[in-house]
Amino acid sequence: MPPGPTQLSGHRVAERLNAALPGVVVTATDEWVEVAPARLVDALRWLHDSSEFDAAQLSNCCAVDRHDRFEMVYHLQSLDLNHQIAIKATIADHEQPALPSAYAVYKGALLQEREVYDLMGIVFDGHPDLRRIFLWEGFPGHPLRKDFLGLGNLTPGLARFPFEDRDRPDRIMNPAPLRHDASARAQNEQDVPDDWRGAAPA
Amino acid sequence: MSSDVKSRPATPMLREILEQPTLLGGIRSTPLPVRLGLAVFALGFLVVNVAIGVLVVSGRLDGHWYDFRDLGNATAALRSWLDDRDLGPWLSYWVTALIGGVGILSFVGGVLLIGTWVERRLLAKFQIRRGPNRVGPFGLLQPLADALKLIQKEVLIPIGADRKLFFLPPILIFIPAMLGWGPVPWAPNMAYLDVNVGLLYVVAISSLAVLAIFIAGWSSNNHYALLGAMRTVAMMVSYEIPVSLSLLSVVLFTGSLQLSEIVAWQSTHNTWLAMILPFSLFTFFFSSTAEINRTPNDIAEAESEIVAGFHTEYSGMKAGLFLAVELGNALLVGALVSTFFLGGYSLFGLEEWIPPYLILFAKISAVYFLFVWLRGTLPRFRLDQLMGYAWKFLIPLSIAFVGISAVEASIFARVDAPGLIVLGAIGIVNVVLTFVLVRAWARVVGYEVPRGEDTRPTLTTAVGGLRAAQRLRVTP
Amino acid sequence: MTAANEPYILNIGPQHPSTHGVFRLRVAMDGETIVDMDMIVGYLHRSMEKLAEERTYTQNIPFTDRADYLAAMSGNLGLCIAAERLTGVEVPERAQYLRVIFAELQRIASHAMANGTLVSDAGAWQTPLLYMFREREKILDLFEMTCGARLTTNYMRIGGVAFEPPAEFWPALRELVDELPDRIDEYSQLLIDNEIFLARTRGIGVISAEDAINGSLTGPALRGSGVPWDLRKAEPYDVYDRLDFEIPVGRGGDVYDRFMVRFEETKQSTRIIKQAIEQIPDGPHKTQIPLALRPEPGEVYGRIESPRGELGFYLVSDGSPAPYRFHIRAPSFINLSLLRQLAVGSTLPDAVVTLGSIDIVVGEIDR
Repeated sequence: MPPGPTQLSGHRVAERLNAALPGVVVTATDEWVEVAPARLVDALRWLHDSSEFDAAQLSNCCAVDRHDRFEMVYHLQSLDLNHQIAIKATIADHEQPALPSAYAVYKGALLQEREVYDLMGIVFDGHPDLRRIFLWEGFPGHPLRKDFLGLGNLTPGLARFPFEDRDRPDRIMNPAPLRHDASARAQNEQDVPDDWRGAAPA
Repeated sequence: MSSDVKSRPATPMLREILEQPTLLGGIRSTPLPVRLGLAVFALGFLVVNVAIGVLVVSGRLDGHWYDFRDLGNATAALRSWLDDRDLGPWLSYWVTALIGGVGILSFVGGVLLIGTWVERRLLAKFQIRRGPNRVGPFGLLQPLADALKLIQKEVLIPIGADRKLFFLPPILIFIPAMLGWGPVPWAPNMAYLDVNVGLLYVVAISSLAVLAIFIAGWSSNNHYALLGAMRTVAMMVSYEIPVSLSLLSVVLFTGSLQLSEIVAWQSTHNTWLAMILPFSLFTFFFSSTAEINRTPNDIAEAESEIVAGFHTEYSGMKAGLFLAVELGNALLVGALVSTFFLGGYSLFGLEEWIPPYLILFAKISAVYFLFVWLRGTLPRFRLDQLMGYAWKFLIPLSIAFVGISAVEASIFARVDAPGLIVLGAIGIVNVVLTFVLVRAWARVVGYEVPRGEDTRPTLTTAVGGLRAAQRLRVTP
Repeated sequence: MTAANEPYILNIGPQHPSTHGVFRLRVAMDGETIVDMDMIVGYLHRSMEKLAEERTYTQNIPFTDRADYLAAMSGNLGLCIAAERLTGVEVPERAQYLRVIFAELQRIASHAMANGTLVSDAGAWQTPLLYMFREREKILDLFEMTCGARLTTNYMRIGGVAFEPPAEFWPALRELVDELPDRIDEYSQLLIDNEIFLARTRGIGVISAEDAINGSLTGPALRGSGVPWDLRKAEPYDVYDRLDFEIPVGRGGDVYDRFMVRFEETKQSTRIIKQAIEQIPDGPHKTQIPLALRPEPGEVYGRIESPRGELGFYLVSDGSPAPYRFHIRAPSFINLSLLRQLAVGSTLPDAVVTLGSIDIVVGEIDR
């Protein structure tokens, strides 16, 4: 696979990264560098701050389900130097995947990590607002996982709209309260009319 | 890439647009009998008009009940006829009142229907669309069809609404829109309610609508509606003041609060107050757009922000009433602007020849056209900008102009020269003063006219990030 | 609870004139000021990334039409660029020029729509929108001529384009390109120096260059903040390196700058199309590729400059005809990263205009 026209060789990045932060690199290929998940944020921050790589922007981040593990892929780019770096982190735990959030370094991770959390189920520690984004709280499973349709009892699509499901209050589309103040939260609860709230759980 | 295909329009839609019949082509393609019929009709129209002209010139119409130039004559004749029968003074009073009321109501009703069509067609022209053209000839029956549709629709009342209060506003808002027409003089003898405090009456009536709007916004129990209502109240409260101040200058010159007197003053002096008081005209017009929610001040029902403002929750004919009142208010403001500033029913002596009410109607239509034009052209102000404009700009300048017109009016009363010359001089002075004061005051309040040239994007061929951005910022 | 501290929660959307689709904002307000904001998307979520894993690369091209439905050509192009890099398919030169022409036409159409709706958001009662629709209409006519569809074009293919444009296309395109600069000047007379419009947009929704870069903003939102970043220059795909054009860059990062950048980009696009018409060679319009492409196992991140920003496709292949992982880096989704920061503290009309200037397409946000 030819790397992108402006993509930096993973070996070169890995070499410099290892020199600055010993032990952070797990493997490296021509295209990407794999870093230790626990030290991901350190690596990202170093790349962001270093004048050699100047990875100022998180271009893209997404996860790949490899059946037994998850791969989180970050495409960083430097606008001034016009190059691109691919960073990967492998999450070994397929049941309860978790990774430190890149939000501390890149604000652009805010929505992208919410998307990954929603569709892949990876929990990002340190993310300021980790909620599902496309699907509603209480949606069973994470649809982009390879075993999603194997969860049992599930067919793609919904039989009903979520707020019609009065027997299952947890499925009612109910977004998080606005973090305005405590009274806002109380009001928020009142905002939902009774007949939308569904029957109270027995 | 042959050239013969170039003339062929690409798609059916383009083809349809290009092959629209032109006026001349339309006449040519009409069959001969129809063309002959049209010609005969036009000829007959001309003959009737000439005959009427002869009648008018010979003065055989003056003051008779059949003097169609002033429908007030007919009513007066009816009244004196009833009084002669000795049936009690109340009867003639009530009969004429009823005739006038029905006249105004039917006029406004009819004009509302046509006004909707005119607005939609005009906007369509401004927006390179076609507009309604399917129902009836030229789509003229479209408003009727819309009204029928609205009447048929269910009137929904939200669960959380205050049902009693929710019922009231469409009716309440209609009342001032109708009452406002009362003192407008249509001809020398043709004013329904020619009270001597007509101007005060108009100002008072026009501020009634805010009550209905606030009730509508509050009782809907809808957040958009309440926001819209609050915006309306804020705007109304602010813009009442410049309206009153601008009308004060009119009163200072004409020396009367009676609308017919104001028109008579303009008629006898052969002038329009718009020429003498340009700033008052602007203030009145602009503030009126704020009061009746027309672009660029349609903040109370800003579609892109708060959906429909105070009438978000109304449906069916109730919503239709709100829309009709909005249009009716535009026409009413047209009538008031014409009366106060554009000479009302008079047109430099031509009102002897043309029925004065037609002259007034033409002026109303012109102002209404301006409203539609503005709606098709301008973006909307923000609420704070609009309020700031009223309080920081219009009100101080209006006060200044009231003082100026007071001085000028007293000069006009004292100077012993032909009125037209003095008024002309005052007009020129006022135009100059308007420019100077507006510029000076803008400088005082620190407003600068934005210059577009400063904001053009920089063009570059080199890509880069933050460093390149800083470089570009340093050397633009 | 007293009335004084009772928050005023406004649900803007999912059906609202200025959310440009089924996009919902929950806004806590204090008078006219926004004190908190939450964005709720997903009403249009069709799970394209999951569906794509069951289909071949060519079968996935129609999905990209439906992601950014206002710039379908760009969506097509993005996927094809990524898939070509993954499979190593060569694209004939004529096809590359055709792609550039169509992508730039799409950019003009999309920017016309974006700017028109922005001015509508600022309260001009649809007049500028309809004027801009005039040119968009002609562009869509050109699309219809070429591929039979106006919005969901499905025109580009891996290794070229689907069809050679018909003979009528070229004169119509020349005519359009000749009249476009005049039309654009007409809009500028209408809008650019309009005092009300300037008052509504200047100094509103300011994004600093630092924030824009760190918040992963791309496209006109990034360029409006003064960062000269355009993938057509930075990482030229197709034949952009042979064409002469410039990147417009804003000065302050406010709503007006983003508006002006889009405006200027339409002019530059006209320039590009003119050159492409001059330079386009004869030849085949696509490479014949097997029905089911089986790329080597591996991964690729291909990206283009769509009208809304960097449209990236991250494709992972496991050697089968269908992608193992198909991720769309949707610019209008990621450009919303800073929305909350921009909206909180501003007034409702300003927030509406700011949202309009970011130019979202909900189909692309939700995918």
